[in-house]
Amino acid sequence: MKINVPHVAKLANLPLKPEEERKFEKQLSEILNYFEKLKEVDTKNVETTSQVTGLENVTREDKAINSLTQEEALSNTKSQHNGFFKVKAILED
Amino acid sequence: MIYKTVIGLEVHVELKTKSKMFCGCSADYFGKKPNAHTCPVCLGLPGALPVPNKTAIDWCIMIGLALNCKIANFSKFDRKNYFYPDLPKGYQISQYDQPFCQKGVIALSNGKKIGITRVHMEEDTAKLTHQGDDSLIDFNRSGVPLVEIVTEPDFETAKEVVEYLKKLQQIVRYLGVSNADMEEGNMRLEPNISLRELKTQNSKLKSELPNYKVEVKNINSFRFVEKAIEYEIKRQTEILNVGKTPVQETRGWNEDKQKTVSQRIKEEANDYRYFPEPDIPPIRLSEFQISNFKSQMPELPDLKLVRFTKNYGLPRYDAEILTREKELSNYFEEAVRAGKTFEVNAKQITNVIINKKIDIENIMPAELIKCIVISKKINILDNKKLSEIINKVINENPKAVNDYKTGKVQAIGFLLGKAKQHFPKGDANQIKIALEMKLK
Repeated sequence: MKINVPHVAKLANLPLKPEEERKFEKQLSEILNYFEKLKEVDTKNVETTSQVTGLENVTREDKAINSLTQEEALSNTKSQHNGFFKVKAILED
Repeated sequence: MIYKTVIGLEVHVELKTKSKMFCGCSADYFGKKPNAHTCPVCLGLPGALPVPNKTAIDWCIMIGLALNCKIANFSKFDRKNYFYPDLPKGYQISQYDQPFCQKGVIALSNGKKIGITRVHMEEDTAKLTHQGDDSLIDFNRSGVPLVEIVTEPDFETAKEVVEYLKKLQQIVRYLGVSNADMEEGNMRLEPNISLRELKTQNSKLKSELPNYKVEVKNINSFRFVEKAIEYEIKRQTEILNVGKTPVQETRGWNEDKQKTVSQRIKEEANDYRYFPEPDIPPIRLSEFQISNFKSQMPELPDLKLVRFTKNYGLPRYDAEILTREKELSNYFEEAVRAGKTFEVNAKQITNVIINKKIDIENIMPAELIKCIVISKKINILDNKKLSEIINKVINENPKAVNDYKTGKVQAIGFLLGKAKQHFPKGDANQIKIALEMKLK
């Protein structure tokens, strides 16, 4: 299976060098091939699910509780400004 | 060339729950100190477990019911993956193929029906402020419950879009689930606009949609809705007229420039790779629970309007004004109840409320009735009776009448006094005017 590695890398927000792209293309193909094995299992009578715990309707009441303080929230960031997290400008137009 | 405009809408409504969608942080972020309403869940820290807010789900279902949707017996949350600094987890928890509500419909005043594709639940992102070379992030809004309402591409004019939006705003306010204020950002609108060529003017090719669509963002006021849509229709018409197809893209309304501007940069990786949110078990609703929701629905504006015209005999115009806001409609009905004892009827109350622009927060309905009763006694004299009395006074006092007619204008005071004896509480001004008319 042919994999568009630059596209996948972009979606994953990873900058890759050309040699890395070649390396990952091979690895990703191998992984997908390995998963092909699953097709050998007969799943005709198995219901599709994305959950295995059997839990349903786990919710909470609408009550506001204490949050972190601003200082705590910002304590692990390298870059902040006036109580905000600071990142490099995002181009809007 | 003749084109038909095709518009579909995505509207986001921010719910006014006390806490956020998946954590207990306060959802009241407007004007608060930045990053003071956050926790590991809404900051997207590793290992945090999101737990859905029950009230938010209930309210999402109520919105769906108000829009005549089918409510799903089985529903789940999904992860929508993309990278942007306002999204700390690298994905937004949303709903993909099994939303809470689907297939609704809402009618416009011209009778046209707008299909509601889906109503689903998701979380808001953080707020970004751009400042020179930096972007500043405030996560207070991150995780606030959002309900997204998607319509079929059924709109043909900006006017229809505005009517639908006002209707939607009125409905969510009646339900008491959102302030739905566009300027404050708790109601956001993204129209998808495209033009379809009409071969002949009457052809109805509903199934044939254009092969492109343009999404417009950043419309944060009712005033901008029409301007942005009109601008897009003009822009796309010009492109189509020279035989080209407009680019499928996201554009933003720029109020300063009075035009839409391409935002293609953000659009590039439009591949969200949705998959079921593994941290949140699915939601199952029994038929019993769904019918319970239905029975708990408050009376909605459309039905209330009909009831007001029928039960109170009001013209549609009046009923529309009175039902525009739930508070005013409740005030009116309380006043009608209070008015019964004093023989003040619904129409009189309506006239006073509409014409005098009553401050319903400070004047209680019972007080309003008192005012109407008093003003009725003073002001509104029966014209026929007044006319009889004035004739009588004129006939009985020929001297004063003669004095007045020969220039002694002050003689009218004597006649007025005589007439007033018959209407002790009557409005002297009204009597004087009637008297002067007769003496002319």
